[in-house]
Amino acid sequence: MAFWRRNTHIEKERHVKANARDYNDKFSYADNRIKTSKYNIFTFLPINLFEQFQRVANAYFLVLLILQVIPEISSLSWFTTIVPLVLVLVITAVKDATDDYFRHKSDQQVNNRQSQVLIRGSLQNEKWMNVRVGDIIRLENNQFVAADILLLCSSEPYGLCYIETAELDGETNLKVRQALTVTSDLKDITKLMDFDGEVICEPPNNKLDKFTGTLYWRDNKYPLDNEKMLLRGCVLRNTEWCFGMVIFAGLQTKLMQNCGRTTFKRTSIDKLMNTLVLWIFAFLICMGVILAIGNTIWVSWIGRNFQVFLPGEEFQSNAVFSGFLTFWSYIIILNTVVPISLYVSVEVLRLGHSYFINWDQKMFCRQTNTAAEARTTTLNEELGQVEFIFSDKTGTLTQNIMVFSKCSINGQTYGDVYNEFDEKVEITEKTACVDFSFNPLCDKAFKFYDGSLIEAIKLEDLAVQEFFRLLALCHTVMPEEKSEGHLVYLAQSPDEGALVTAARNFGFVFRARTPETITLCEMGRAVTYQLLAILDFNNVRKRMSVIVRNPQGQIKLYCKGADTIIFDRLDPSSEALMYTTSEHLNEFAGEGLRTLALAYKDLDEDDFEVWMKKLLFASTVIENREDQLAVLYEEIEQGLKLLGATAIEDKLQEGVPETIACLNLADIKIWVLTGDKLETAMNIGYSCNMLRDDMNEVFVISGHTLLEVQQQLRSAKEHILGLSRVSSVGDVEKTDMFADDSVFEEAIIAEYALVINGHSLAHALEPQLEHILLDLACLCKTVICCRVTPLQKAQVVELVKRHKRAVTLAIGDGANDVSMIKTAHIGVGISGQEGMQAVLASDYSFAQFRYLQRLLLVHGRWSYFRMCNFLCYFFYKNFAFTLVHFWYGFFCGFSAQIGLDKHYWTAVNHLFIWGSLTVYFAILFAMQSNGIFGIFPSNFPFVGTARNCLSEKSVWLVILLTTVVCVVPGLVVSFLRVDLFPTLTDKVRHLQQSRKKEGPQEQNLRRVRRTSSRRSAYAFSHQQGYGELITSGKNMKMSTVSSAGSPGRTPHSSTWIENMLKRKNEQVYFKTI
Amino acid sequence: MGRTKKMVKEELANRPDNTAFTQQRLPAWQPMLSAGIVIPGFVIIGLAFIGIGVALFVTSQSIQLLELDYTGVEQTSPCFKCSDPNAKNCMCELTFSTDTLFKGPVFFYYGLSNYFQNYRSYGVSKDDDQLSGNLDNFKSPSDTCAPYEYDRNNKPFVPCGAVANSLFNDTFKLYQIVNGAKKVVPLDGKGISWWTDYNIKYRNPAVTPLKNAFNGTVKPLYWSKPAYELDPSDPANNGFINQDFLVWMRRAALPDFRKLYRRITDGDYAEGLPAGNYSLQIAYNYPVLSFEGRKKVVFSNVSWMGGKNEFLGIAYLVIGSLCVVMSVVMLIVYAKFKFPEEE
Repeated sequence: MAFWRRNTHIEKERHVKANARDYNDKFSYADNRIKTSKYNIFTFLPINLFEQFQRVANAYFLVLLILQVIPEISSLSWFTTIVPLVLVLVITAVKDATDDYFRHKSDQQVNNRQSQVLIRGSLQNEKWMNVRVGDIIRLENNQFVAADILLLCSSEPYGLCYIETAELDGETNLKVRQALTVTSDLKDITKLMDFDGEVICEPPNNKLDKFTGTLYWRDNKYPLDNEKMLLRGCVLRNTEWCFGMVIFAGLQTKLMQNCGRTTFKRTSIDKLMNTLVLWIFAFLICMGVILAIGNTIWVSWIGRNFQVFLPGEEFQSNAVFSGFLTFWSYIIILNTVVPISLYVSVEVLRLGHSYFINWDQKMFCRQTNTAAEARTTTLNEELGQVEFIFSDKTGTLTQNIMVFSKCSINGQTYGDVYNEFDEKVEITEKTACVDFSFNPLCDKAFKFYDGSLIEAIKLEDLAVQEFFRLLALCHTVMPEEKSEGHLVYLAQSPDEGALVTAARNFGFVFRARTPETITLCEMGRAVTYQLLAILDFNNVRKRMSVIVRNPQGQIKLYCKGADTIIFDRLDPSSEALMYTTSEHLNEFAGEGLRTLALAYKDLDEDDFEVWMKKLLFASTVIENREDQLAVLYEEIEQGLKLLGATAIEDKLQEGVPETIACLNLADIKIWVLTGDKLETAMNIGYSCNMLRDDMNEVFVISGHTLLEVQQQLRSAKEHILGLSRVSSVGDVEKTDMFADDSVFEEAIIAEYALVINGHSLAHALEPQLEHILLDLACLCKTVICCRVTPLQKAQVVELVKRHKRAVTLAIGDGANDVSMIKTAHIGVGISGQEGMQAVLASDYSFAQFRYLQRLLLVHGRWSYFRMCNFLCYFFYKNFAFTLVHFWYGFFCGFSAQIGLDKHYWTAVNHLFIWGSLTVYFAILFAMQSNGIFGIFPSNFPFVGTARNCLSEKSVWLVILLTTVVCVVPGLVVSFLRVDLFPTLTDKVRHLQQSRKKEGPQEQNLRRVRRTSSRRSAYAFSHQQGYGELITSGKNMKMSTVSSAGSPGRTPHSSTWIENMLKRKNEQVYFKTI
Repeated sequence: MGRTKKMVKEELANRPDNTAFTQQRLPAWQPMLSAGIVIPGFVIIGLAFIGIGVALFVTSQSIQLLELDYTGVEQTSPCFKCSDPNAKNCMCELTFSTDTLFKGPVFFYYGLSNYFQNYRSYGVSKDDDQLSGNLDNFKSPSDTCAPYEYDRNNKPFVPCGAVANSLFNDTFKLYQIVNGAKKVVPLDGKGISWWTDYNIKYRNPAVTPLKNAFNGTVKPLYWSKPAYELDPSDPANNGFINQDFLVWMRRAALPDFRKLYRRITDGDYAEGLPAGNYSLQIAYNYPVLSFEGRKKVVFSNVSWMGGKNEFLGIAYLVIGSLCVVMSVVMLIVYAKFKFPEEE
């Protein structure tokens, strides 16, 4: 990949001509083949070995091996080094090879996907990898887009097409793309064949939301932007087929350009180990020097006289040279202090821990049938050290499922279940849910537990009927009836879907819509309403209304919206109901539900006519149309009659509040980074118990300029610090006050929370503010960042990583979390859902957020403990073994004579994991057995040593003595430490033991309770609705013809797409990069 | 029903096995170091060690040991004349007496000091293949034997190498002086080497007579007679399986060492050496003065735990007493600082 990049010249501009492969080939653009693998069969060995020998340990042992081949120096035979070295190399190579094999396989799978390409006048099936820039390809519904393509035309009118971009930015709602008008007519193959437009556009880059280019066709220029592009990784939805022209292919697509390079993650133990090994190496050199000096002295004082019985040569040359040789001999003989087997053993240990994680049933998710997976085997012990968790919201903390859980109709709440003693019963999986069998059109997945609501429906309570009628009429959902009675709702936001589904199950089934009508099936009767106007939602209005004429001829306005907004526009007659409803809303909000208030109004025919004329006039105005429309909407949405309120549960993943509480107890800070709206994010914050009403202050930072943000951050920080040491500050200068606040971090008992939006975050992350941001965030108990882009997520993680020297963990489920998962020390992906991007980038993956608790607090802790114990033992063992030779050097004239037999020790070293003394002795005797000696007399000269030594009784007495001498001090120290300086663990264990003696005791389980005030969030949708799209009739396949003649609509509809796309652009800008 | 059951099974195909190992539920034991275990434990260990220590010490004390230096450094020494490097075939005689019975079986050692048999280049200078009777290595010894590989005429040394070359070649004869007459004390030279050395590691080539195997080779430089004539009295005790040779080839680990020379087990001396005067006749051949070495003979008897070793007994006593002392210290600490919960 890198080679390829170097070879091409830097592209300044891209020229692509449709249907002209020869022309496009001139530029040598990348083809659509992707390659993430590193080696092929021939390059594997050289490249892999080269990489492996870059590791210090391997290189060190290679040098050692070379030294051992020199007979003057070698005190050990060379195979004591080559065996472990080869073992290490082979194990690593096998691991690398299998990894690469799987990468090859996944590459191949992607490259071999089929797509239809227009070649020589006909559609042909081609593999993805053979698709070239400039080709025209056909996509079908629910297919992945093969490359970055320019949309030419589609099965839908006006060249519209819908895509889902979950793989790209994590959003699951549908997005609209529209082709240029000139190309949207090219619907048959012959026309497409003749299409020879040329696109000149920007070079490949990684900006997902931006594209600039121009189409030159038939001597005309057409500007192109992102709204005409389908990017690789998107999925075509709700569109039968579409044609597009490939602009960027393969590695040059925006998706691939966005895949940050995977950095090799190291744990702090790794780093510690490397430093330790360096120190030990220095220590080894020291020992070598001391022994070499010793040898020089010995040779010149004693050894010289010993010549009679020793080979002469050595002493004839000078003593210094002898010392020099001795130095190298001792480097070899003492090499075991720098243990090569340490690296192997550590890897094996980590691999074992990874398997324990994979095997853990407590992290297995039944619903999705996914077990936890440790995708990286090298980070386990780091899990026990995590201090910061960065979590995505949607799909991680929440299930992204909205459930209609409660409602208040006409002053009466429904949704709670009571038992025979009139006590509220907690709803569990076992609670019996309401039987909707009376309704053949009901959605089987919908669950409701309160039977009284169904009774009210059956009693034909008018208010209840009107309530559900409103829900069935006032929305922008599109129905799709695939077969009779099998309805699917395509909602722009899950909230709307939930509400309409609720109405459907309670007998008010939204069945079909045309631009002018809405057909409901009310308690089995088909009723058609005439749709007169949709007063669509936007962020300022925080409400939406529809105006319909029912079969009886009455005109009605139905409105739903944020409670505060609705309550301001109520008719005085609803005042009493407003208070009761308001109480109910408080109750709902206290449970963390998202609330909406519903109201209606009967309209007078004449008034409506007048208003409608004004509306038609306003919608043709070019300037200030938006404002004028808003005024008109405001005018008619007055004097509403309250119907009630709904409460939707944004379903949290199982056990999220408990997990967060538990991790908080472990002093782990959790920051939520979400692309969602501020209100939604805060709402989830409350329902997760991260935000609470008893917190001293929740700071919301939402400045638009750098100065504003700075101001807000400063004042928030001063607020916290000021409160915590009112007495001590005073005349101290502000700069001093901020200088040493880390000391005070601990002292602050009061609880604060920080909520910051993406706009402010962009400023706050600038170098001059990032310190304040970080300080403030660390002073707060809870940090929520909303409306953040994937890049900002990574920046936040990076900020903490850089300045806090803490271990960070990022958890997320979507493609928009990939960057933060890759940046954090440990990345966790939520698996078991559709998108796999996050999982593929992650180090660990499991199905539910709550498993994080077990991963960190159990597996992380155990891994860390075991690793530390292992390292301690390993270094101890090596030192014990090696220092014997140092000591022995003083008795053997520093001649690098080994005192112990290396041959079995090497084996023992590696087999010690099987651990028993039996093995030890078996090898001991085997290596010194008569048989082996008979075969290799010169390689195994220690025959009989063990037998003769161990038959001495005093040897056993010495073994006993040394064992006791080694163990006893340790025992004494640990006994005294438990008594004198007990650690927390000791205390807990003591407590446990004394408890056990006392017998079983009731344990007080701390329950996490939500306490919060009312937060009515109109967390309606990500974007403005499709109201305009619906009334314009452009997205209606069958009904467009019939509606075309509708008077007064044409001027309105001519600009709707422009409006919508304009607004959408603004929205999208915040969401993607 | 069957279908649903099957489906459930399929659905949970990824479910990890529920075994004690995979779920990390294997029984484990991490003892609480409670006072009830540790303090009595220390007392027991301490007492047991003191017991062993006393036994060892007493045993060690009961071992008789007699050391006689015969290097001949001092002029008064009877071997002084022999210490001159130019003296050839020098004999000297050492007399000593015992007051009590020297209990048998008595072991007779020779000892060398400041002698680095453990020096590496000395130690590797031998050819294990040759010594295990490989005739190929008779003709061309392994180069590990350098510089004692070939003589000036390029004939191979057998046995080659520095270790074999430096074979200790002093010989001793022991007499009891009974009424002025010398009575030979029989010395037993059988089985003084390791069984493995004698039976496995060192082998004579399967050639009879043994002498023929050594055709075309020369005896080591410092040797006075070839390997196949080391023991003229016993033809079976020649070549590489000569007991003295074997004892020498098993290198000493420390520069001051003693090696077993003979055992006194036969005849009138089976019970030990009776009190009386003895004379030790030494054929003084081995030069040690050049490296300030010392030579000595050692008479000793052994106990169940080997030779004289006071250190082990003392070490046991010290450790045992320390354990007892520590148990007292811990008791005091425990009494003062114990957990409040336990009250």
